[in-house]
Amino acid sequence: MKQNDLILQTVTKVAAFVILLFSAAIFLGGHYSPGGGFVGGLMTSAAIVLLLLAFDLKTVTAILPIDYKYMIGAGLLISSLTVAGGLLFGVPLMTHAYRYVDLPLLGHISLHTAVLFDLGVYLVVVGVTMTIIQTIGESE
Amino acid sequence: MELLLAIVIGILFMSATYLMLSKSILRIIIGTGLLSHGAHLLILTMGGLKAGSVPLLSDEAASYVDPLPQALILTAIVISFGVTSFLLVLAYRAYQELGTDDMEEMRGTKTNE
Amino acid sequence: MSLLHLAVLSPFLLALIVPVLYKLFRQIHTGWFVLLLPILLFSYFSRFIPLTKQGDVIRERADWIPSLGIHIDFYVDGLGLLFALLITGIGCLVIFYSIFYLSKEKEKLNQFYVFLLLFMGAMLGVVLSDNLIVLYSFWEFTSLSSFLLIGYWNERERSRYGAQKSLLITVLGGLCLLGGIILLSVMGNTFSIRELIAQSGQLMDQALFTPALLLVLLGAFTKSAQFPFHIWLPDAMEAPTPVSAYLHSATMVKAGIYLVARLSPVFAESGTWLWLVSLTGLITLFWGSFSAIKQTDLKGILAFSTVSQLGLIMSLLGLGAAALHYDSMGENIYLAATVAAVFHLINHATFKGSLFMVAGIIDHETGTRDIKRLGGLMQVMPITFTVAIIGAFSMAGLPPFNGFLSKEMFLASMVNVLELDIFNLDTWGMLFPVIAWVASVFTFIYSMIVVLKPFTGKLQLSLLERKPHEAPIGMLVSPIILASLVVIFGLFPNLLSTSIIKPAVAGIQPGFALDDFPVHIAIWHGFTPELWMTIGIIAVGLILYLFFQKRQKPLLLLPDHLSLNAVYDASLRELERSSSFVMKWLMTGSLRTYLLSIFSFFIVSLGFTIYWKNAFALDTGHFAPVGFYELLLAIVIVVAAIAILFAKSRLTSIIILGAAGYAISLFFVLLRAPDLALTQLVIETISVSLFLLCFFHLPLMASRKEERMSFKLNNAVISIGVGVIVTLIALSAHSNKLFDSISSYYLENAYKEAGGKNVVNVILVDFRGLDTMFEISVLSIAALGIFAMIKLRLTRRKAKS
Repeated sequence: MKQNDLILQTVTKVAAFVILLFSAAIFLGGHYSPGGGFVGGLMTSAAIVLLLLAFDLKTVTAILPIDYKYMIGAGLLISSLTVAGGLLFGVPLMTHAYRYVDLPLLGHISLHTAVLFDLGVYLVVVGVTMTIIQTIGESE
Repeated sequence: MELLLAIVIGILFMSATYLMLSKSILRIIIGTGLLSHGAHLLILTMGGLKAGSVPLLSDEAASYVDPLPQALILTAIVISFGVTSFLLVLAYRAYQELGTDDMEEMRGTKTNE
Repeated sequence: MSLLHLAVLSPFLLALIVPVLYKLFRQIHTGWFVLLLPILLFSYFSRFIPLTKQGDVIRERADWIPSLGIHIDFYVDGLGLLFALLITGIGCLVIFYSIFYLSKEKEKLNQFYVFLLLFMGAMLGVVLSDNLIVLYSFWEFTSLSSFLLIGYWNERERSRYGAQKSLLITVLGGLCLLGGIILLSVMGNTFSIRELIAQSGQLMDQALFTPALLLVLLGAFTKSAQFPFHIWLPDAMEAPTPVSAYLHSATMVKAGIYLVARLSPVFAESGTWLWLVSLTGLITLFWGSFSAIKQTDLKGILAFSTVSQLGLIMSLLGLGAAALHYDSMGENIYLAATVAAVFHLINHATFKGSLFMVAGIIDHETGTRDIKRLGGLMQVMPITFTVAIIGAFSMAGLPPFNGFLSKEMFLASMVNVLELDIFNLDTWGMLFPVIAWVASVFTFIYSMIVVLKPFTGKLQLSLLERKPHEAPIGMLVSPIILASLVVIFGLFPNLLSTSIIKPAVAGIQPGFALDDFPVHIAIWHGFTPELWMTIGIIAVGLILYLFFQKRQKPLLLLPDHLSLNAVYDASLRELERSSSFVMKWLMTGSLRTYLLSIFSFFIVSLGFTIYWKNAFALDTGHFAPVGFYELLLAIVIVVAAIAILFAKSRLTSIIILGAAGYAISLFFVLLRAPDLALTQLVIETISVSLFLLCFFHLPLMASRKEERMSFKLNNAVISIGVGVIVTLIALSAHSNKLFDSISSYYLENAYKEAGGKNVVNVILVDFRGLDTMFEISVLSIAALGIFAMIKLRLTRRKAKS
């Protein structure tokens, strides 16, 4: 990807953010509509991969200075803590709690510990995908 | 529909097996990719097809398609992605170290006796 | 949990702390810390003596796996207590001895004492458990710790060989024991020894009785080094001498004796038991004593003598079973055999323990244990010599030591066999006293060798590694204590008779009242046959000993390749060879061969099952109609799947694979699986970019040479087979609904219980959340694996340059 792909880069600048936003929406809405941690995470990674294709590795690392390996760890930690969290309240592992609240602007929505678990999944998926792509990319 | 899909699955498996039996590591990896496609469709077919609406609960739908195979397949898709990428890197590294992508030439038993 | 449980577990707990103590207090010998525990335990168990004396028992229960009837039941009765006292008592002395034997500078004391404590705890567990499964677990633990202790000097080849040998033989026996235990539990429907004993009458008629008996005896015989399994014990002498004194003479090898004694009430009615136990014991007694006189290594002699003495005890236990068949007799003379067994067990621990320690002292002070090089140590080591003479004379059965008493009782029991008229003993019974007498002559000879060869004669300093002198006092304390016990028990045998021996015998022969046992032991009991036999033993033994002195060559040598050791070595070699042959035959390293066998098996097994069970069903009733788009997509997938086979370049392959993937994600849309469609779509995108990244470095496919036609044909046949079978399965699986799907539960409860409307996602994060948890763990491992595969090479290249 040495040559200057002006069209691709310009489009990417817009598209990547659209994809990112969409992935966030899909991730959060996972409990009610198609989506969730897996799809959300994959879509986020797809956006970053698009950035990688349009620009080069260096630019992208400058924009997103994240060590994705730590992201995997953080994701696993969040998920397993959510799993184990139930123990604190004397209920079996993996017991989720939720409640519906009315928030200003957002209206009637539900707050659910499953989102925390899904957040862990999301982080792991992004971390894994990006670790793989980045490591292979760096090795060239 | 099920009959059609069963044939498609059979062909996917057949093609995957043929690829996996060849000597080139690339063809083997592609074979595993096809195999997982076939397995996903197989799981889906087992649960029955189009017996209801999309498994998103709503007041209109009277019945839904089986959600369990879908959950299983979702997991399988992601896992097979992980495995495929692992295999890819393995092949790539093996090629770098050994200079071949032929599985017969990679056999390691002669040296570790 | 009770104090008793804590007592059995305490060695394990201390074993956890020992390495810390070793690290913290390097100046203090770790043994001093360890020594406290057996002293404590010994005094704790001593408190039970008055209780068991009256025939009381102590029972404590803790649950382990109650659903399977496995409880950690500890049970202290006379028999268990005797062993517990032996284990802790000899344990004290051995640990004290080891403090002086093992240097704190040179040896890995932390390991040594951890292993020793593990052993002590395991042994206590064996002798105090009531539950057979618990007993078995501890039993294997003793094998394991014995393995570790024999291999303690693991840099020596002989140590490793001996350790492996003992482990293989004892664990093999342990497995047999487990089989026997399971058979017993099948018959009696319980793992509890007491409950099995209670129903021993019914057990005998069952078909599984004899197999169970044989398996249990195999376990006991391997552990107690009975012929022909005794071969591991001489090799176990590679262990440090305190270990030999403790495990391989006083305690662990007696676990088999304990098991036979403990399960006697269950099996003893049977003639097989009586014959097997007593005859194996006798053969071992003979063979052990015979082999002992051929040894030149001091510890080797002691090892074979231990084998032989264990055989003696075993044969007595076997004969004791005869008592059950003579209930009506006024004074049951066969009970005397059991009494003799218990008494000799104690005596053996004392005199053999002291002799082992003497051997250790000689080794420590002169640097050799070879009796050809040793001699004249009497002048330089007078105290050691005194201890040795007491131990050896007791072992030889000379008065006034305790060995004399139990030896006389043994001979008396053997003579009593002549009066038996059960199980063909009236015709063959003559064998028993004859073998016993001959073996006793050999015993006398090797006892003389042990004490006379190293201590009398000329002191040849040139043959010794260092200049010998008397051992430090700390090293002498333990053997002196044991030797004094030898004398005390010899002069006042009735110290033990009611307090220890009687309750222990009661544990072996529960069918008799406490007062039935003839435990009154006296040194002088008139000119009985056994006394004449002893006199004969001494006379013949002396003559033979002097005869051997003249002849340098042993009387009779079995050729090496016929010995049991050769059989063991050969079978081990053969096992290794054949397994590596099978390994090479199966593991060719060719992925294609593996896959071919996997796929062929897949075709044959599934095809056969479908045919055999008539499982193929085609239920067209529930088929969904085929739409135009579905047909189109199906054609795309099929074309892609077939085209990929003929793709010549890697780029074409990737693009076709991608096309198939996208087609499948569209299929998911049509099949009402939006989550899948989304996921598949994104994954496909990322996969393709990944493939491109990787394939960039790989060679072109077209460059490969054409394969032979038969190769392709072979592949094609297998592939078509797989395809057909999968199609059949897909159709049958759809048509056969054997079970109700759980999906309706998920559909009903997704909103009620989990508050979500996307059922697929609810299953993933809630109902089957743990699966997802593990799935992301697997993903993480894959990512880290990839990272390592690529990064590790970079560091290696750096190192190269």
